[in-house]
Amino acid sequence: MSKILVIAEHLDGKLNSSTARAVSAAAAIKPEAIDVLVLADNVDAVAAEAAKIEGVSRVLTIARAENVHPLAAVLAPQIAKAAAGYSHAFAPSTTFGKDVLPRVAALLGVAQVSDVMSVEGAHTFKRPIYAGNAIITVEADANTTVVATIRTASWAAAATGANNAPVEALSVDVALPSHTRFVELQSGKSDRPDLQSACKVVSGGRGVGSKENFEIIFKFADKIGAAVGASRAAVDAGYVPSDLQVGQTGKIIAPELYIAIGISGAIQHLTGIKDAGTIVAINKDGEAPIFEIADIGLVGDLFKIIPELEQAL
Amino acid sequence: MKILVGYKRVVDYNVRIQVKPDGTGVVTDGVKLSANPFDDIALEEALRLREMGVAEEVVVVGIGPADLTAHLRNGLAMGANRAIHVVTTDAVQPLTAARIFQKLIEKEQPGLVILGKQAIDDDANQTGQMLAALWDRPQATFASKVEIADGKAMVTREVDAGLEVIEAELPAVITTDLRLNEPRFIKLPDIMKAKSKPIDTIEFASLGVEANDHLKTTHYAAPAKRSKGVMVKDAAELVAALKQKGLL
Repeated sequence: MSKILVIAEHLDGKLNSSTARAVSAAAAIKPEAIDVLVLADNVDAVAAEAAKIEGVSRVLTIARAENVHPLAAVLAPQIAKAAAGYSHAFAPSTTFGKDVLPRVAALLGVAQVSDVMSVEGAHTFKRPIYAGNAIITVEADANTTVVATIRTASWAAAATGANNAPVEALSVDVALPSHTRFVELQSGKSDRPDLQSACKVVSGGRGVGSKENFEIIFKFADKIGAAVGASRAAVDAGYVPSDLQVGQTGKIIAPELYIAIGISGAIQHLTGIKDAGTIVAINKDGEAPIFEIADIGLVGDLFKIIPELEQAL
Repeated sequence: MKILVGYKRVVDYNVRIQVKPDGTGVVTDGVKLSANPFDDIALEEALRLREMGVAEEVVVVGIGPADLTAHLRNGLAMGANRAIHVVTTDAVQPLTAARIFQKLIEKEQPGLVILGKQAIDDDANQTGQMLAALWDRPQATFASKVEIADGKAMVTREVDAGLEVIEAELPAVITTDLRLNEPRFIKLPDIMKAKSKPIDTIEFASLGVEANDHLKTTHYAAPAKRSKGVMVKDAAELVAALKQKGLL
């Protein structure tokens, strides 16, 4: 039988919803147990949140001063130790999970399955390659721990509230390196919904034209309660910070509604939105590739259409 | 300081890949191959560090069949001092690649290893992290800015929450994000010069690395197609359509 360890992702004492998505993938294996591991300096708030996620058997915590920031070199040896006795170790395929989990896999001497889209069996998974242009089925070795990152856009978050899993402190005897140190986090924080978990996203591309013009995108997004995203072209042109980038090299998202404005739809961008519920494209070029995958398309000048949309709401 | 740079050859990023109808792989015959874009960025960064006097030597490392030489010459033409070619006809998974680099590190003793954050063919995003673990050294992944002084690297990383700055003692592994730099173009005279630069050839079997294909790919499929969309003629019609779907 399978026993799965899910590594919790958190920031500022709050659990990231990507953790509950990884729990969903773990539940798809129908394991004997799903334990969530919280590594932090102060674990209580995050552990309490994790304990509420449906399907979680236990929350294990490692509270150490060194765990105050998620440095892979510091966390990985602890996770590798904690993973002993588990058939699987999962983390969300966010920058956190992508950074730390391969380091864990190498310490365990095993391969890693990146970006699990679906679970076909306890050791069989589907994952995308070539920017999502091919989907492969991979089989992991059944004799070693399966280390995998979970593609958050492919999994709904496990429900939260009804569960009350026990929280247990774990002590792992492992020396931690001091060769890597956290300096600072410059976050592009805003009051808008988080891009990766928002159910509506409005994105702007090069067609928006300038940093100043991007205000029209922010305003429209606020009006419909959406998060704001951007294409690589808009980020490279300096219109918006890079943490808004949607695509193969940015964030992979799956909102219910995705509105692409002034985005032509390069292959790398489409990879990031393929799993969105409804895709709307607004572009003045009727031949733009974005219209090939859009559910609803509107050809026209965004500076004329957006005010009209706001009127019509 | 010496810098090792991973320099993988992949299907060009502009190629729209086709899955073979029988599900045994993707069509790669006659398809244009290029340097992995993130590896070009890695090489560019190494060259800039050399130009700033931080490094003396930049070595590109490729793993692949005999005809990989032409690809490595591109790296030499871009400015690398020399190349190491680990020869194998088998596709190498990230853990095996990391183990190969570990062996090369023992021999070359670099102060820094720069790899791309992911290869655009397998999209694994693992090799740099695995290498740092095996080497027991710092990793600075998804780097968008690198400053090196006093035996330390100050690296700005592109993380979901914004930009994170970390300090890593050297030697270390850095993996590159897109925004780290703009790789230079290769000039014709440099292609000529590259022909006389050395390429060390090492047989994979001679490295004593266990090739562990823990992951077996059993099937390839094309992604599910989205159903054909509709065009609307104006903003009012778009809003009505979205309201009807319950999205607004």
